Amino acid sequence: MKVWRYGDNINTDRLFPGKYTYTCSTAEEIKPHLLEDLDPLFAKNVKEGDLIFAGKNFGCGSSREQPVIGLKAVGIAAVVAGSFARIFYRSAINQGLLLLECPEAVSAYHEGDTVSLDVKNGTIMVGSKTFTFPKLPPEILAIRDAGGLLAYTREKLKKRKK
Amino acid sequence: MGKTFAEKILAKYGHEKTVVPGQIVTAKPDHLLMHDNAAPIVSKITAELKEYGIANRDLPIIVLDHVIPAAAEKNAAQHKQIREFVKAYKLKHFYDVGYGVCHQIVVEKGLALPGMVLLGSDSHTCSYGAVGAFSTGIDRTEAAALLLTGETWLKVPQSIKMMLRGPLQKGVTAKDVILYIIGDVSASGADYCSVEFHGDVKQLSVDDRFTIANMGVEMGAKNAFFAVDTITTKYLSSIGIKKTQYKPISPDADATYDRELVYNLREIPPVVSVPHGVDNVKPVTEVEGIDIQQCLLGTCTNGRLSDFQIAAKILKGKHVDPRVRLLVLPASRQVYLDAVKAGVMETLVKAGGTVLPPGCGPCLGAHQGVLAPGERCISTSNRNFKGRMGCADAEIYLASPATVAASALHGRITDPRKEMRR
Repeated sequence: MKVWRYGDNINTDRLFPGKYTYTCSTAEEIKPHLLEDLDPLFAKNVKEGDLIFAGKNFGCGSSREQPVIGLKAVGIAAVVAGSFARIFYRSAINQGLLLLECPEAVSAYHEGDTVSLDVKNGTIMVGSKTFTFPKLPPEILAIRDAGGLLAYTREKLKKRKK
Repeated sequence: MGKTFAEKILAKYGHEKTVVPGQIVTAKPDHLLMHDNAAPIVSKITAELKEYGIANRDLPIIVLDHVIPAAAEKNAAQHKQIREFVKAYKLKHFYDVGYGVCHQIVVEKGLALPGMVLLGSDSHTCSYGAVGAFSTGIDRTEAAALLLTGETWLKVPQSIKMMLRGPLQKGVTAKDVILYIIGDVSASGADYCSVEFHGDVKQLSVDDRFTIANMGVEMGAKNAFFAVDTITTKYLSSIGIKKTQYKPISPDADATYDRELVYNLREIPPVVSVPHGVDNVKPVTEVEGIDIQQCLLGTCTNGRLSDFQIAAKILKGKHVDPRVRLLVLPASRQVYLDAVKAGVMETLVKAGGTVLPPGCGPCLGAHQGVLAPGERCISTSNRNFKGRMGCADAEIYLASPATVAASALHGRITDPRKEMRR
């Protein structure tokens, strides 16, 4: 498990360049361009279970969802950041990508620290320190538990039809 | 206790007597905006659409604007798919290639009205606070779900009151005001919040308010809002909307805000946002003299008649520097036509401007006016992120129409006040 570290205000153009937004929509099309203008090594070397640690306002900028779909598809276990931009935050709920707003954990991390995540109990361990992150409200957990917004919507429509 | 605009409108749409920040409501928006991305949105739910249909054919607004006219076969195929979808579901609000940028169309066609809630799969959906609506961006997946169900969850945001005081100085425009504010609060300064503009806003036209609300998302805001006043009602009446057609919602005088900020407009000079962040704002005097190769005048931020009039006043009877490409991008066909009638387009074209079709064009780097490595562009658009105009090794500076026009004349960043002495 590797931790990829980035700074503040990582915008969606850095995560997935706008010039591809109308030619790439599927996970397979998105993957090779992930973080292309931020970190050319990311798409090449990222592995399932890796984490991203970033500063504040991660995912600011456009409403494009390719960064979220791409990060989920390459197996990023969670993005831990000081804060997130709102559309990105919502999009992550919709796609089932785990985001943890925990500035303390981000600043506690030093190169080489072991990081372990306990989603069920809402804790993240960085080196020897443990941090708790707040639980999501039930309305939002329901979307995540259903497997994302489209799956949630399908269930809702089926129930309505009955 | 008084309530803010966001609290009042989300209580109404959430069918709650009263709401507090952090509370989640389920709301049915009046409209859902999509653009070229309607194609991938619809493709996500082909089977569901067949089984359940769409929630409401009055809900979607689709405007083809992002890559128009189609730059490649893939774009053309998406546009075709969208036209077929519109026809199949008899959608009521479709604007094909050439009408203009979606945000301008939504306001210009009277689809965003005071007291309405609009969601859109585009981050600059926050623009409609210019006419007293609550509007914010969502992703494609959520747009797909909304097409099917017509409803979604919204968290009641905390609110920030921004008090604008005093008159604007000569050579300073609404664009300078919003860039200055973003520079002050930072790109994350209003994250998740509803931003309300108060104070001496009577001096700001609906065009000015549009420029300001459009850039709300660049400080992280969920929505940006101007209360309805005579400026709004006059504008709406000019586009054929009667007062009986809308119900404005205004914040209470004793509303509680998370923060209250005061800006003395007298102190704001012409400013430029320098690469690679919108909040990297400097007075134009600090960046004067930097060579530029492209000037972009227009977009949904500053592509209205009043913007082109400001530029034309500076460029009249002159020609841009031969080292500069001046791109003129009207926000809509209506704006284009009005600018032609007013003689403004003639001035800009004679000065060396290349007029692009009303749409998003070079702003997002998909086509038209892509930059080369090492080049610099000064633009009236809303983002200067690295790579935004299609090249990660180029630089984008954001400024007002006056500063862009003055800079085009000299081939380098220029204080517009120097071109306004007449």
